[in-house]
Amino acid sequence: MSLKQNLHNLKEKYKGTKMAPAFNAIHTFLYLPNEVTHAGGTHIKAADDLKRTMNIVIMALIPCLLFGMFNAGYQHYAAIDNSLRADVLANFFTFDNLWIGIVKVLPLVIVSYGVGLLVEFIFAVIKGHEVEEGYLVTGMLVPLIVPVDTPLWMLSVAVVFGVVIGKEVFGGTGMNILNPALTIRAFLFFAYPTWMSGDKVWVYDAVNMNEADAISGETMLGYYAKSGQELTVKGANGAADIVTTYGDRANELYSTFDKFMGFIPGSVGETSTFLILIGAAILIFTKIGSWRIILSAFVGAAVMGLIFNQVVAADIITESSKFYGLMNTVWWEHLTIGGLAFGAVFMATDPVTGSQTNKGKWIYGFLIGFISIMIRVFNPAYPEGVFLAILLMNVFAPTIDHYVVQGNVKKRLNRTKVKTA
Amino acid sequence: MSKDIRIKKGLDIKLVGVAEKKTTNSSQSSVYAVKPEDFHGITPKLVAKEGAEVKAGDTLFYSKSDERILFPSPVSGKVTEVIRGARRKVLAVKIAADATQVYKDFGAKDADAMSAEEVKNHLFASGCWPFVKQRPYDVVANPNQAPKAIFISAYASAPLAADLEYTLAGKEAELQAAITAVSKLTEGLVHVSVGANTTSPLANLKGIELHKVSGPHPSGNVGTQIAKLDPINKGEVVWVITPQDLVVIGELLLTGKLNVSRTIALTGSQFSKPAYVTAISGAAIADVTANNLNDDNTRIISGNVLSGKEVKVEEFLGYYDNQITAIPEGDDYEFFGWNKPIFNKISTSRALTFSWLTPKKKYDLNTNTNGEHRAFVVTGSYEEVFPLDIYPMQLLKAFMYKDLDEMEALGGYEVAPEDFALTEFVCVSKQPHQKIIREGLDLMREELG
Repeated sequence: MSLKQNLHNLKEKYKGTKMAPAFNAIHTFLYLPNEVTHAGGTHIKAADDLKRTMNIVIMALIPCLLFGMFNAGYQHYAAIDNSLRADVLANFFTFDNLWIGIVKVLPLVIVSYGVGLLVEFIFAVIKGHEVEEGYLVTGMLVPLIVPVDTPLWMLSVAVVFGVVIGKEVFGGTGMNILNPALTIRAFLFFAYPTWMSGDKVWVYDAVNMNEADAISGETMLGYYAKSGQELTVKGANGAADIVTTYGDRANELYSTFDKFMGFIPGSVGETSTFLILIGAAILIFTKIGSWRIILSAFVGAAVMGLIFNQVVAADIITESSKFYGLMNTVWWEHLTIGGLAFGAVFMATDPVTGSQTNKGKWIYGFLIGFISIMIRVFNPAYPEGVFLAILLMNVFAPTIDHYVVQGNVKKRLNRTKVKTA
Repeated sequence: MSKDIRIKKGLDIKLVGVAEKKTTNSSQSSVYAVKPEDFHGITPKLVAKEGAEVKAGDTLFYSKSDERILFPSPVSGKVTEVIRGARRKVLAVKIAADATQVYKDFGAKDADAMSAEEVKNHLFASGCWPFVKQRPYDVVANPNQAPKAIFISAYASAPLAADLEYTLAGKEAELQAAITAVSKLTEGLVHVSVGANTTSPLANLKGIELHKVSGPHPSGNVGTQIAKLDPINKGEVVWVITPQDLVVIGELLLTGKLNVSRTIALTGSQFSKPAYVTAISGAAIADVTANNLNDDNTRIISGNVLSGKEVKVEEFLGYYDNQITAIPEGDDYEFFGWNKPIFNKISTSRALTFSWLTPKKKYDLNTNTNGEHRAFVVTGSYEEVFPLDIYPMQLLKAFMYKDLDEMEALGGYEVAPEDFALTEFVCVSKQPHQKIIREGLDLMREELG
């Protein structure tokens, strides 16, 4: 008997039992089910289902994941030996770099999927509904938005929290208010702030290296936030210490090309704006991601960046201000550093937690970009705002939609009034 | 002033099995059936008892809510069986047809000379009233409420739909008589819409407001046309009649006979020769599709693939239908069907689905759902195929949680289940849109009247 027939018989055998959802989840992973259309509806259906939709998002994320694996190794070795940065392209795609990625990043992916899907299966069995596909994407997003040195136990705790509180308590995929991946990220940030912020966690082993070599694993945003402060870099091989500022040091280490291509420290998958834009192209071309949200988020961020640039140009904020560094960052540079691009393309476009009307999507995306840069500049503890901005707008998305839909309702009411007047 | 209707949002689903323009007479069935469930929202009161002899046009049952609305026998013969379901609900009245048909004579009428009241009474008496349907709610029209307009769509855009230009050719006299009569029932206009560049027999009628329609399906849905021409507001009613039913009314007026025979399109890949046949409403599917149908694991649909009703070969043609579609059942598994590239199915996305490369290709779709039922997740896809000025997902959700105020405010009066056929087709979550809309409309009708 064929595999197909065997699985079919098993499905019939377990139908109606507690374990049926768990079995079906695996079965439908292998085979598109034999379900046919029901009475009272269309007799044919389009080819897309939720699995296919989610699968496209995962495929759009794969380049970022692979890049992140190489980058984990590259940042590690470049932190030890700065001269590697002189020829990025030659020193980036090496097996040594990839090996660090395999050792450090793959476990994040495995733990994220393992723990998350376990929670999903348990809930599906308890509540007797099918295992829904939402976590396929969440499970891939999570390792890409955490720092490479995140301990696996922390990640596990956060994933359990995020899936249960962020999603399952609302009723599962499609019912949640907050983006589960960002709930997980926010949990990590607020539960373990000393670990999750600062300049240690972004580069593999930076904690240990720092004591001996005074090497910083600072992110771009970290450098810019402190751009005016003095920084002492230990001279290599016994040379004299170099005294510089954070801002100068950043410009010395990373070119614009580095920032755009992603050869900078940061969360695993967020650094390469170039690959994120390729992901965006895939999402938009396949009509899976909303181009309205992506575009308006970038526009919103650019507008906020421009406003801050103008504030600096008008001398309202002086160099002594602690906000000066990031305010003075050129507006388009804001788009290439930090998590903005990744958030705008992969997180803001989550259809469940985002705005659902086309008009609402413009407003929602714009505000995400706008508020991201605002939080990034004004948050003294942690110079990044994308995940907070998206979570905030997740909460406001239903309100935005409400007013958009009310516009339609009003139009309908007016039509009646004109008639009766 | 006639207004043309041009829509951009929508989707033409191109399927294998377009009916060839050749009509044969199907052999007369030995048994016909009238099913009360074809008339949604009607509770039947039986008149014809088992064993009674009826002529074509004699009443079989009437509506419990309005005794004037009669439902006639399509053929003459003997009532052989009344099939009942749970709680003695009447499912079908079966009539064994006579070899030679005898028609009840309602008398030829001159439509021009009739008053509105006379037209109404004539339609009641002859059992033609059920041809008049109303929006809101998509049910047989309530005769006590005057319609602000009457809409007739003579442009069929549904997948594989019967070509009305072909099936109604030569029926100008009947159509004109019917239009003259029904136009007396409204103080408003009688809107008739035909395809652009058409030679439709309806294009040159008198007393109508002619509109030319272009664009993808659902441009031919009467609901789309109402929304574009004269949307329904709260408290208003419009009436809707299909052109093929107008022909029946016209023939009744001209000859005094109720002749519910029509040209039926046999379509879909499971017909060996998709073509047209003439048949009487309620005919046995087996007789209409004789020697043409491949009945091996086949879904037979009375109507089109989007809004038609599933029937078995031993069942009967729907009362209003002018199309039978037969497509393969899809009750099989497909290995990695959810992630491999798809070339043989239609999709509006490009998620490794390639139907966008071949917009002219005709597909042989089966009844597989291509995925499991899920909560609403994806947004924005319905809007692409939904031309009405309504938020489809928001309305569906309001219909699901049964908030009457919202159902009303979001446009519940303006929709019929068939308007949500395309959104159901493209739905990634495989939600039963038309069922949701039907149940919601029934609730609105019950609570709001």
